[in-house]
Amino acid sequence: MTRYSALNLWRHSRQGHTQWPEAWGSPEPKSDYDVIIVGGGGHGLATAHYLAKNHGITNVAVLEKGWIGGGNTGRNTTILRSNYLWDESAALYELSLKLYEGLSKDLNYNIMLSQRGVINLAHTEHEMREVSRRVNAIRLNGIDSEILTPEQIKEMVPILNTGPGGRYPVLGGALQRRGGVARHDAVAWGLARAADSRGVDIIQNCEVTGFNIRSGQVEGVETTLGPISAKKVGVVVAGHAGVLADLAGFRLPIESHPLQALVSEPLKPFFNVVLMSGTVHVYLSQSDRGELVMGAGMDTYNSYAQRGSLPIIEQMLGACLELFPVLSRLKVMRMWGGIVDICPDASPIIGKTPVDNLFFNCGWGTGGFKATPGSGYVFADTIAKGEPHALAAPFSLDRFSTGALIDEHGAAAVAH
Amino acid sequence: MSRQRFRIKEGGKIDRARRVKFRFNGWNYTGYAGDTLASALLANGVRLVGRSFKYHRPRGIYSAGPEEPNALVQLGDGGQTVPNVRATMVELTDGLSATSVNVWPSLRFDLLSINDRVSHLLPAGFYYKTFMSPAFMWPTYENWIRRSAGLGRVPEAPDPDRYDKRHVHCDVLVVGGGPAGLMAAQAAAQAGARVIIADERAQMGGQLLASSDQIGGQAGSDWAAEVTSDLATRADCEVLTRTTAALFGDHNFVVLSQRVTGHVDAPEGNHVPRERIWKVRARQVVLATGATERPLVFPDNDRPGIMLASAAGDYVHRYGVRPGRTAVVAGNNDSIYPLASDLRAAGVRVVALADARNEPSPLAEVARADGVEILTGHAVTGTKGRMRLRGVSLAPIADDGLVSGNSARRFSCDLLCVSGGFSPTAHLLSQAGGRLTFDEKRGCLVPAHIPRGIRMAGSANGTFELAAVLAEGEAAGVAAAEAVGLTTGALPEAVVDGGHGPGAVRTLWKIVADGRKTKQFVDLHNDATTADIALAAREGYRSVEHVKRYTTTGMGPDQGKLGNVNALGVLADELGRPLNDVGTTTFRPPYTPVTFGALAGRDIGALAEPVRTTPLHAWHVRTGAKFEDVGQWKRPRYYPRGGENMAQAVARECRHVRTGVGLLDASTLGKIELKGPDVGEFLNRIYSNRFDNLPVGRCRYGLMLGEDGMVFDDGVTARLAENHWYMTTTTGGAARVHEWLEDWLQCEWPDLQVFTTSVSAQWATVTLTGPNARHVLADLVEDIDLSAEKFPHLHVREARVVGLPARIFRVSFTGELSYEINVPARYGMALWQALVRAGERFDISPFGIEALHVLRAEKGYIVVGHDTDATVTPDDLGMRRIAGDKKDYLGRRSLRRSDTAQSGRRQLVGLLPEEFVPEGAQIIDGKKLKTPVPMIGHVTSSYISTTLERPIAMALIEDGRNMVGERVRIALPFDQRVVMAEVTSPVFYDPEGSRLND
Amino acid sequence: MLLIPCPWCGARAEKEFKPGGEAGIVRPLDPDALDDAAWADYLFNRANPKGWHRERWIHALGCRRWFNVERHTATHEIRATWPMGETSPDDVERGK
Repeated sequence: MTRYSALNLWRHSRQGHTQWPEAWGSPEPKSDYDVIIVGGGGHGLATAHYLAKNHGITNVAVLEKGWIGGGNTGRNTTILRSNYLWDESAALYELSLKLYEGLSKDLNYNIMLSQRGVINLAHTEHEMREVSRRVNAIRLNGIDSEILTPEQIKEMVPILNTGPGGRYPVLGGALQRRGGVARHDAVAWGLARAADSRGVDIIQNCEVTGFNIRSGQVEGVETTLGPISAKKVGVVVAGHAGVLADLAGFRLPIESHPLQALVSEPLKPFFNVVLMSGTVHVYLSQSDRGELVMGAGMDTYNSYAQRGSLPIIEQMLGACLELFPVLSRLKVMRMWGGIVDICPDASPIIGKTPVDNLFFNCGWGTGGFKATPGSGYVFADTIAKGEPHALAAPFSLDRFSTGALIDEHGAAAVAH
Repeated sequence: MSRQRFRIKEGGKIDRARRVKFRFNGWNYTGYAGDTLASALLANGVRLVGRSFKYHRPRGIYSAGPEEPNALVQLGDGGQTVPNVRATMVELTDGLSATSVNVWPSLRFDLLSINDRVSHLLPAGFYYKTFMSPAFMWPTYENWIRRSAGLGRVPEAPDPDRYDKRHVHCDVLVVGGGPAGLMAAQAAAQAGARVIIADERAQMGGQLLASSDQIGGQAGSDWAAEVTSDLATRADCEVLTRTTAALFGDHNFVVLSQRVTGHVDAPEGNHVPRERIWKVRARQVVLATGATERPLVFPDNDRPGIMLASAAGDYVHRYGVRPGRTAVVAGNNDSIYPLASDLRAAGVRVVALADARNEPSPLAEVARADGVEILTGHAVTGTKGRMRLRGVSLAPIADDGLVSGNSARRFSCDLLCVSGGFSPTAHLLSQAGGRLTFDEKRGCLVPAHIPRGIRMAGSANGTFELAAVLAEGEAAGVAAAEAVGLTTGALPEAVVDGGHGPGAVRTLWKIVADGRKTKQFVDLHNDATTADIALAAREGYRSVEHVKRYTTTGMGPDQGKLGNVNALGVLADELGRPLNDVGTTTFRPPYTPVTFGALAGRDIGALAEPVRTTPLHAWHVRTGAKFEDVGQWKRPRYYPRGGENMAQAVARECRHVRTGVGLLDASTLGKIELKGPDVGEFLNRIYSNRFDNLPVGRCRYGLMLGEDGMVFDDGVTARLAENHWYMTTTTGGAARVHEWLEDWLQCEWPDLQVFTTSVSAQWATVTLTGPNARHVLADLVEDIDLSAEKFPHLHVREARVVGLPARIFRVSFTGELSYEINVPARYGMALWQALVRAGERFDISPFGIEALHVLRAEKGYIVVGHDTDATVTPDDLGMRRIAGDKKDYLGRRSLRRSDTAQSGRRQLVGLLPEEFVPEGAQIIDGKKLKTPVPMIGHVTSSYISTTLERPIAMALIEDGRNMVGERVRIALPFDQRVVMAEVTSPVFYDPEGSRLND
Repeated sequence: MLLIPCPWCGARAEKEFKPGGEAGIVRPLDPDALDDAAWADYLFNRANPKGWHRERWIHALGCRRWFNVERHTATHEIRATWPMGETSPDDVERGK
């Protein structure tokens, strides 16, 4: 693997950049693998990367039905944070944030991590109470988090309307300084390059159409490129987990919904944090290219259409103007939708399934991007050892039978 | 003030009688009404208008439409400034002021043009490969990247303008007012269809305004004006100019964005919106959206003075502007020939015409006769001139795009008009779920799958010859009308002169010339080059989407309108695969950028969310109450007297209630009436406790669980008569609970005879509470005996209070003797004022929800959503006695699940902390504050109790009920210390309930 | 934005409606007869097809009635709507 560095960039510039090697290859699938990962999104690629790196399992194929990073990895608003209320979630997302902090170096690929801080606004006494509960719990879990006064928020975000004229006042907020954003495509590409360099086969345009299951045990998959055998199969297909579970013969407590986002035209820097508001319901940041990136709630009906309804967009922009009246003359440049798999408790499912050697990692809802490396880390461990990683164990499928849900819905300030 | 040196003496659709003054980059200019900023700048000889996004190369006006990549300006100054406006779409108005975006310190001298010099270090995706070490430097690098990226500036003051929305239905929506669209609208309107026709430009007519084509013996533009005015006179036809169809949604839902102001004839007045969104639901849609001309990709194809051929025609015909003095025209299709003639007629010297095709075009004769030198099989292989174009090289090219030999000829010129063919504008089709396929002969992506209810017409459909365009437009209009059940006769046939269309196109995605030092731009917006695409392909970013994201091609403000097809072609060549195999990226909405304010509409500021107030609101305001937002409601939080702060006011209000009497506006409570013989059975299933045995005249507290066993609402329900019940819910839960009841009634138990009606807003509810409550009410009430024996706790009576029909409940949320008096909402104020007057001699005081919270916490009463979240069971709250196993009810089975049924869950307890602790504080296990600190619960409610004269709290703690009497630690991590607290029963005050039973 | 034909009010904009998830889930008559897994299946597991899907909607800002919709989750096409408690037009045709 040619190292990426300023020096090498300069060297290659002397050859007109005509000698750069492929970031990842495009091999034909072999007939069998130790592990097949279904889904070439960030989580799947991270799983392959950590299988190779942490467990020395390199006879691995990542099967992607389209192009890698083309699902929710490339469609989210790139927010990273680990300020979760419940211990189980906090531990998992904090692992992920820590991995993110070293990811550019680990992958030798600049994922443009920008820890500019994530602020959750509180507009009501009820929200202030929730902020207090969360921040206290998060701090005691050893994760950075603080409570902000309206004045402190105004100082960090001068164009925020904290004065009169709005429908809801800003009473305060929570801040995680280590939170921020990263370049989503770079995460997928960097992981793919790193996994590829350790021998993982990344196979694009290869859709899984069925599982080969014999006496309750998975032995491989059927694909559009033919059958492929595997000792173990891990499925990480955000937006399609229900469809794949159906192919494997079981049901999931998951429904798939469209989640929309949009960007404005590029503007000179005016806004340097990630801001979220649950009451008016919007989350925003400004990308390095200068676009204001925005998201809000999801459409509440089931859909695989990767597009949503206008009322969500109208609400989102109304909310944006509620917080930033000066942005009224900006323009929406592009809007799009992803498909999010939602669990009843808004927490993911990681681990074993009713089929032996078949593992699922799904249900990340609206919050999957920030979990990418952490999810891959614990899922790789789970697949390698055949038993749930300690941090993944609480997220098992059987929690829906026992009732031990990890309900981030209840106190969630905003769709995350 | 300069003369308009490039204005042609006659012609154009401008109004030469009306001169319009404007400023650009600090200089004063004059144009005419009907000009765009771009046409006026060209008329004044302004060539350099902007800098490119990445390399800050000098750029000029490239197009005449919404696809403009270079002439992006900041419009206006100060608060009302608008960033990133395309000069080609801005209509000139008097006093208009514009500046170039993304230049520093000035347009002519831009320091960041250094990027162009070091561009060899900045290939596509260079940032992924660098800036990684030392890691601590990345924020500095990032700051630098951020500051050099971006285009315009954000306004600094709120927008003074307003925006409107309209919802409309129609039979046929026609998008695009060119020849095809006008024909379609005419045909559909003649059949009697309700028609809306929308065009993004100021005038209907499309390309007819930019050519010398004739229809029916008159100028195409006159024909368009005639058809337009005919349509406008029809009652069922809406003609919308300056209106862009931005988004195509499900089921023929189309969003139009109309610019109402911002032109010389704009209506004036406060009521006039700046823009209006039309939300159109059309039974049929005709997409006559035209086509966008493609640039040619050749070395240094971005200099100021290089322009789309169709744009040059636009400036000549529509605006009466010569876009240059000396021109070279280059292209790969027939459209360049009439242009060469038109330019000549306008006084531009056309020194050469380069047709990439080897076969001479049948149209060549006219141009040749005009004295234009025609070079077939030639293409542009290089250009000269930095701040403006000075010359081009033309050379013969072989089939593979390679320049053959050293035969380039140089031509001096200040204008280069290019045409790389035409791409049907298929954005809306793609948004609607349609698909495109590449047609070799026509050299463009044409519709391959068109969803039901949509018709394509004209060049949007890949049909370019005017006569065929008109016929296709008419056919689409007729078919759309027929599809909605209307019939129509044929329109009079239109004889066409001109409008040949591009003919056969030689697609040539790029010119391969020696180009180490040159750049061939594929996306002018984002400065993406052929080298960038080649690099992406080489490195494995081969999917169209990967190329787009890696090189940022098509991600700029024009969203790929100009560059995408060329990028696909370049990529296809690079991969050695046919274009159709490479695929296309999806066109994402909106078609052109839409203003935030317009999409938000009127639902901003005070109207962002409805404000709900009670019938007593005016009294609270008059009395100086401080309000709290509770959901949509404004509820009085406390009523300060004199200079009281909140703590003092709340303490006083609590004392009034405990020792005298207080008055609370409880009108926000959710209220639902239930009628029917099966209500008792229904409530048995809905509530965890039993209700069918509730006698008439009694009321009972009930707990509602979700099917998952978790508490989701509570309240008191009364039985007013055998088959008439009255339920109250939490303020926030009112709508949710009513939906819940209806869901179960309609979908699961339709056999139950129950009718529910939400009456929350129909009743005003006033709580009179305190030891003196009975004395106050006694003077006002008729018909009933208020004594504890005749009207005990948890009973309900219908009576008259100061003559008003009232329902009085004896329920207490304060722990004191309480009457909850409900009267029809319109009498609420009368009741309240009567109670205030009657209470004067008992020193009655209104109290707000803050005091209510203290009082209820002293009694250990929970507030759902405050002391509970979505994880709390009845047993966790110590309410197992009303959530038993004797009957089935919603959620009951879930309580038996292994985790839900286990002992030691977080349980509600009281706390006596040594000092006041904030709500949300965590209760920890162990002594140390070294993270991670094990947490066993949290404080849900915390107050200074006036009655107990000490801080009290409620908390959910693991196995809490077994810890009563023990001391626990409450962490204050910000202060790095803990507060000790004693675990108690949550009932701090009057545990036997003697006061409320009084 | 969808155009949903309410069986009672006719075609109206999506904004007037709320979805209620998979149609035809029946609450077990005897919940105690179910083990935890079976109860969880009733409680949480949902059909989530990419394709035709039968679901419940309520005309919340209209007649406030629940009804059934058969909708394609990839194209959003609506094939049929029918009142709660009635048989779908499709099933009627097939004699179910």
